[in-house]
Amino acid sequence: AFFWLVSLLLSSLIWFVAVKASDPRDEALQKGLLIFGVMFSVLLQEAFRFLYYKLLRKAIEGLVALSEDGCSPISIQQMAYVAGVGFGLMSGAFSMINLLADALGPGTVGIHGDSQLYFLTSAFMTMVLIFLHTFWGILFFHGCEHRRWWEIVAVVVMHLAVSGSTFFNPLYVGSLVPSYLLMAIAATWAYLLSGGSVQNLRRFLLCES
Amino acid sequence: MITFMNNSDSEEEPCNERTSLMSAESPPVPSYQDGLQASEAGEAQAHRKRRTGSSRSPNNIADGDTSDSGVPVRESVLENEEEELTLKYGAKHVIMLFVPVTLCMIVVVATIKSVRFYTEKNGQLIYTPFSEDTPSVGQRLLNSVLNTIIMISVIVVMTVFLVLLYKYRCYKFIHGWLILSSLMLLFLFTYIYLGEVLKTYNVAMDYPTLFLVIWNFGAVGMICIHWKGPLQLQQAYLIMISALMALVFIKYLPEWSAWVILGAISIYDLMAVLCPKGPLRMLVETAQERNEPIFPALIYSSAMMWTVGMAKPDTASRGPSQQTWDAAEDGRENHRSPLHADSQMSETRSPVPTRPTTSFEELEEEERGVKLGLGDFIFYSVLVGKAAATASGDWNTTLACFVAILIGLCLTLLLLAVFKKALPALPISITFGLVFYFSTDNLVRPFMDTLAFHQLYI
Repeated sequence: AFFWLVSLLLSSLIWFVAVKASDPRDEALQKGLLIFGVMFSVLLQEAFRFLYYKLLRKAIEGLVALSEDGCSPISIQQMAYVAGVGFGLMSGAFSMINLLADALGPGTVGIHGDSQLYFLTSAFMTMVLIFLHTFWGILFFHGCEHRRWWEIVAVVVMHLAVSGSTFFNPLYVGSLVPSYLLMAIAATWAYLLSGGSVQNLRRFLLCES
Repeated sequence: MITFMNNSDSEEEPCNERTSLMSAESPPVPSYQDGLQASEAGEAQAHRKRRTGSSRSPNNIADGDTSDSGVPVRESVLENEEEELTLKYGAKHVIMLFVPVTLCMIVVVATIKSVRFYTEKNGQLIYTPFSEDTPSVGQRLLNSVLNTIIMISVIVVMTVFLVLLYKYRCYKFIHGWLILSSLMLLFLFTYIYLGEVLKTYNVAMDYPTLFLVIWNFGAVGMICIHWKGPLQLQQAYLIMISALMALVFIKYLPEWSAWVILGAISIYDLMAVLCPKGPLRMLVETAQERNEPIFPALIYSSAMMWTVGMAKPDTASRGPSQQTWDAAEDGRENHRSPLHADSQMSETRSPVPTRPTTSFEELEEEERGVKLGLGDFIFYSVLVGKAAATASGDWNTTLACFVAILIGLCLTLLLLAVFKKALPALPISITFGLVFYFSTDNLVRPFMDTLAFHQLYI
């Protein structure tokens, strides 16, 4: 969570500087700067995820060195999951909490002609992003562990795609549907990478021993 | 880190703990953890032998007739085991500290956001005489710096006064001071707080009920903090008085002064704990010389009370009394925080002051508790509360400060495990918190607002 926060800080610094240095009345330029800010922020987030992976790797090595039987009390997969959840929670909290605070107060949604589904779609989008961050954490760390660069590239591309799809808002079908599809793909991929399989799933669902 | 504390039953631990954390200021309890660490480190050596003797005897017997060359190897293996145990319990201690700090912050933020009283400007404390209602920015800055200087010098004077009192064995005076300050905190401030909360929610309460509630709350609080009581109740009371103190600070400190004071007090904490002539360090050393626990008054501890149920009756009987004595002192100091700086000193509480012969095996698992000075609680909550109060109604800033403070606390505990000596708990967290507050308020907020407006997600 802290690492995500730092990446957000740096990316907003860049955007802020760019906005201050540009003409505030030029609408297209502002929109362009915003798009640039979003993309840059996505890349920074992934970079920080990589840094966090490096830090956790060192921590695991330290734990292994200290432990009696040569294995650390927490595995890298668990750390990947926790890292993903941390990123997701922080990103979700930052996206939603002001919305929730405003939702408590009086008002009408979309009174100026905007979409009336604003709160609902924001909630769904945040949820899909939190899930995606969790899965991306697992995929990313797995890729780093086994030196499979294409997995890492796939995570970055997916993140860019999801953020880019939000540019279609308020045409929600253009942003929510692809995001959920990508989430399903990422979920199955992460599940398979973590050692799951169809048999495991069937055994779990049918409560077989 | 803290685990060592339990192993070393000496009284030195409390001394160590306190000195590290106690920064002169009354409210903040700098880093008692530091003290704990230091004491633990010192104890560790002595205790390691004993502990390995007692708890590891089965292993040793199994090793049986090892040759002399095997002995140093075994010792190093045991050292490794101890280090690993330290790390494992260190992580547990981090969690044990996260919960009370989070609870305190939640109480403060919830109150700030709902009760309007604590964000209204109704005058200032006499410790910050310069007003900030000046027309020019430079004048305002100057006034806030002057306010900070006055506040910090008050704190330094208080701390030095406390060290002198302790040096010349004026224990009754210190006790009385602490009891008076916790009385004021538990009764007067609670009355004001309850009044404001009832006003906000438009709930009517008659005076007899109010009297009953406040009397019970205060009396049980005094008993819990200064004498014996269930551990969780004591922890809850300590959290509540820290939150009350933080709310008072948030209300009565002017804006810029509050930020400058937060910065200055973390620098002061750093100096008071680490410099050889620092008051807190002198306090700890004096306590160590006399082999008695330092004022436990202002320390939050997470695993003390179970010693009452300890096997050894002598230690059990001594433990609670020492603890309660410590608790009382801490309580006072905390209350006195705006008035004096000594509270920081009383931060360390020795959970198990002395235990010459103890069954280590039983104690090993339960004794591991962690202590944090109440002043630290207060200043963390002041930072987060000020962020909630003055950040243009933005929750992102509050959340960012909260995460920053927790990460700072984590890092401090890590450093404690690495250095094994008293370290101040304020600087890292407050620095992170300040950096994140200002950057989130000025940089992240416009970015996130624009993103939310267009419903873009990053």
